[in-house]
Amino acid sequence: MRRRIGRVLFFAGLFYAPLVTAQWQVNLVEGATEISRSVYNLHMIIFYICVAIAVVVFGVMFWSIIWHRKSRGAKAAHFHESTWVEIIWTIVPVAILVSMAVPASTTLIQMYDKNSADIDIQITGYQWKWRYKYLNQDIDFFSTLATPREQISNEQLKGEHYLLEVDNPLVIPAGKKVRFLLTSNDVIHSWWVPALAVKKDAVPGFVNESWTLVDEPGIYRGQCAELCGRDHGFMPIVVDVKSPEDYQQWVAEQASLKVAEAASAQQEMSQAELMSRGEEVYKGTCAACHQLEGQGLPGIFPALAGSPLMTGDPAEHISVVLHGRSGTAMQAFGEQLKAVDLASVITYERNSWGNQGGVVTVQQISKLLKE
Amino acid sequence: MGSLEKSVHSTGHHGPATGITRWLYTTNHKDIGTLYLFFSLTMFFIGGCMALTIRAELFQPGLQLVRPEFFNQMTTSHGLIMVFGAVMPAFVGLANWLIPMMIGAPDMALPRMNNWSFWILPFAFTMMLSTLLMEGGGPNFGWTFYAPLSTTYAPPSVTFFIFAVHMMGISSIMGAINVIATILNMRTPGMKLMDMPLFVWTWLITAFLLIAVMPVLAGVVTMMLMDIHFGTSFFDAAGGGDPVLFQHVFWFFGHPEVYIMILPAFGVVSEIIPTFARKRLFGYTSMVYATASIAILSFIVWAHHMFAVGMPLAGELFFMFTTMLIAVPTGVKVFNWVATMYRGSMTFETPMLFALAFVVLFTIGGFSGLMLAIAPADFQYHDTYFVVAHFHYVLVPGSIFALMAATYFWLPKWTGHMYNESMAKLHFWLSFIGVNITFFPMHFLGLAGMPRRIPDYALQFADFNMVATFGAFLFGFSQLVFVYNIISCIRSGKQATDRVWEGSHGLEWTLPSPPPYHSFTEPPVFTHPYKENDRGV
Repeated sequence: MRRRIGRVLFFAGLFYAPLVTAQWQVNLVEGATEISRSVYNLHMIIFYICVAIAVVVFGVMFWSIIWHRKSRGAKAAHFHESTWVEIIWTIVPVAILVSMAVPASTTLIQMYDKNSADIDIQITGYQWKWRYKYLNQDIDFFSTLATPREQISNEQLKGEHYLLEVDNPLVIPAGKKVRFLLTSNDVIHSWWVPALAVKKDAVPGFVNESWTLVDEPGIYRGQCAELCGRDHGFMPIVVDVKSPEDYQQWVAEQASLKVAEAASAQQEMSQAELMSRGEEVYKGTCAACHQLEGQGLPGIFPALAGSPLMTGDPAEHISVVLHGRSGTAMQAFGEQLKAVDLASVITYERNSWGNQGGVVTVQQISKLLKE
Repeated sequence: MGSLEKSVHSTGHHGPATGITRWLYTTNHKDIGTLYLFFSLTMFFIGGCMALTIRAELFQPGLQLVRPEFFNQMTTSHGLIMVFGAVMPAFVGLANWLIPMMIGAPDMALPRMNNWSFWILPFAFTMMLSTLLMEGGGPNFGWTFYAPLSTTYAPPSVTFFIFAVHMMGISSIMGAINVIATILNMRTPGMKLMDMPLFVWTWLITAFLLIAVMPVLAGVVTMMLMDIHFGTSFFDAAGGGDPVLFQHVFWFFGHPEVYIMILPAFGVVSEIIPTFARKRLFGYTSMVYATASIAILSFIVWAHHMFAVGMPLAGELFFMFTTMLIAVPTGVKVFNWVATMYRGSMTFETPMLFALAFVVLFTIGGFSGLMLAIAPADFQYHDTYFVVAHFHYVLVPGSIFALMAATYFWLPKWTGHMYNESMAKLHFWLSFIGVNITFFPMHFLGLAGMPRRIPDYALQFADFNMVATFGAFLFGFSQLVFVYNIISCIRSGKQATDRVWEGSHGLEWTLPSPPPYHSFTEPPVFTHPYKENDRGV
C-alpha cells in the first residue's frame, strides 16, 4: 500500500514538476510598439466577432440537437428554402467583414509607412544565424545562438532563456524609428519579434523593408519563422532596446572593440592555445553541419575527419573556410569570424579526429583577409 | 472480403477475376473505389506514425528521440503523405464508389484509365517513401518545398520526390477527367444537373479545380528539376531568378488544393445531415452556388499564404479582401446545414455524430482562417503553431471526420453488413476528444510565439506541447478501433437493409446491400431524391 502511494506521488510529481514553472500563455502579447498594440487590438476585435458568430450559430445548432430530436417526438418540418433568409445571411456577413476590413487596412497602411528612419540596419539571414549591419556606421556583426549544445542534448539543466539567447543581440535605441532592410545569404529566413509585431521574410537576392519604433528599453526575443534547414529552430533573435544615452555609449564601445580586434589579428598563439580556442569556435559554428566528431552527415554535409582537404595543402582548406563553396550550405566564414578564430578553428580541424595537417597561424589568416 | 465476393455471385454472370488479378486488372468502379480507400487508409497510418514521431519529439523541450534533420524529413513527409496519399485518394475512392450509384450509371465513363490512375499511386508513394532511406535522407524542406531550400540546398533525393509528385499529378488529373466525363455524360435520363446529390456536385466542381491546378504543380516541380539538373535559374537569385516566384506558382496550385480536400467533404456532410435530421437539405441551390463561388474565389486568394514575403501594399490589401470574401459562401454553407437541422427530427448514429463534429470544428477552423486573413494580424500568426492549429482543424476534424462519417454512412451499403454501432461511437468520442486535445492548445502555442517546424522549443511552450502530445497519441491509437470495426464489418455483421437508414434518399439506396458487381446496367427511373422525404419519411 505504501509503495503504491509512493508510486502515485512519484507520477503526480512528474506531472506537477513542469507545472510549477508553468506559463500557460494563451494569447498574443500586446507588445512594445504602437503598431504591435494596434495589431493586438485587431486580433481581439476579430476574435470577439468570431466568438459572437459562434455563439449564435452553435446556439441554434445545439438548440436543434436538444429540442428537435426524434427521441423527444420531434416531427420534421417541411421547409427547405427561403430566398430572403439566404439574402440576409449573405449580406450580414459582408457587412461584418467590411467593418473589419477598415481598421485592418488602416493598420496595414501604417505598417507600410516608408518615411525615412533615424537608423537603418541591414539584416541578413544565414544558415543559421543573423548578421546585423548598421548602415552609415562602422558596426557589423553576427548573432548566433548562445545556448550550449549540452542543454539541447539534455546533458545540462536548461537555462531561463533556453533557445532564445544569442551572443550578440541587436541593439537599438528606444523612441527612435529604426528601419530594417532584410535579405538573405542562402535560403529564405524570416525575422520575427512578436513584441515588435515585425515579421518579414529575408529572401536571397531581394531587399525587404520593415520598421519599428519601440517606446521602452527592454529585451525582446524572437525566432526565425521560415523553415530554413537543419537548425531552423536554433536561430533566435534578441533585440536589446536601450535608452538613447546607453545606445550612444554602446556605439562608442563598438569602435574600441574594433581596435582590440585589429590588435588580436597579429597575436602569436601556441598550437595548444589555437586548439582549445578552435574547439570552442568549432562547436559554435561548424558542429551543426560537420558534427562534433567531424563525421558530417553522409549525403548532405561532408565529413572532416580523414578528409584530404584537412591533411593536404593548407591554402586550399583556408580558401574553402574563408570563401565558402557556392551553391552549398558552406558559407564564406572570412566575413563572419575574426582572424584569430579562423586560425584556431582551421588548426583545430587539421589536428583533430586523427587528422594531422599542421598549424595555421593568425598572421597567415590576417594577411589573406587583408587581400 | 466475404461480402465483396458475395456481391459477385448475385450478378450471376460476368463477375470479377479471382485472386490478385481481380485487383490488378479491375476496371470496376466498386473495386477501384475499394482499392483507393484501402490505399488511403494505409497512408493515413504511415503519415500518422510520422505525426506521432513529431509529437513524441516535441513532448518535452530538448532533443530526445530524433535529430533535427530527421525531424524535418518527418514534418515534410507527414504533410505530403496526408495531403496526397491519405485525403485526396480517399475522396477519389468515395467518388468511384458513389458517383455511378448516385447518378444511376453502370460504371465510371473511362474504366481502364480508372485502373491506371489508381495503380500509379502505390508506385509514386513507394518511391517517395524510399527517399527516407537514401543517402542524405528524404525531402526535408516542408510540404510546401520553398526554393531555394528545395533546389540548391536540397538533398540528392529531391529528384525522386519531383518524379513522385509528377506521378501523383497524372493520377489526380486522370481521376478528375473520369469524374467529369461520368457526371456530364452518364446521368440517368431525367436527372438534371440541379437534381444531382450535393456530393456529386461538389465532386464535379472539385474535378475542375484539379484539372486547373495539378498542371501548375507539375510546372513548378519541373522548374525545380531544371534548376537542379539543367542549369536554369528560375528560382535562383544569383542567376537572375526569383525565389518568390516559386511561392506564387506553388500557392496558385496550393490554395485551390485545400478546397480540393474540403469541397467533397462538404458534399458528404450535405448528404448525411438531411438523412439524420429527416428533413430536406435547406437551400440546395444556394449550396451549389456557394460551392462554385468558393472554387472560383480560390484562384484569387493564393498570396494570403505569403503576407510576410514582402509584397507591395496594394497586393496585401487585395489578397486580404478576397480572402475575407471567402467567409461569405462558406458561412452560407454552415448556415444551411444548421437550418437543415432546425426543426428536424434528429437521431445521432455515428455518421451524424461525425458530421455534427465536422460542422462545429470545421467552423472553428474557419474562424481562425478569418483571423489569418487579416494581413496585419497575420504578421503575428504566420508560420506559427496558430497556422498549424488552423489547418489541422479544417483538415482533421474537417476533411478526415467527413471521410469517417462517409465510411460509416455508406459502409453498410458497400458491405451489406451493419458495423458495430457502440464501437463506432467509442471511436467517435475518442477521436473527438483526441483531436481537440491535440490541436486546440496549438492555437495558444502559436499566439505565445512558437514557430512551426521546429524540433525543439523554448521553455514557456513546454506545457501545451505536452498536452498536445497526449492528445495526438489518444487520437492516433483510437484509429485502431476504426480499422477493427471496418474489417469486422466487411467479414460479418447484421444484414443491412437496402435503405440502411430511415431517412436515406437517393439512387444508391435503391440498390441491394451490397450492390451487385455491376449495378444500373439499365438506367433507373429517376424521381427527385428529396421528393419522398417531402411526403414525410
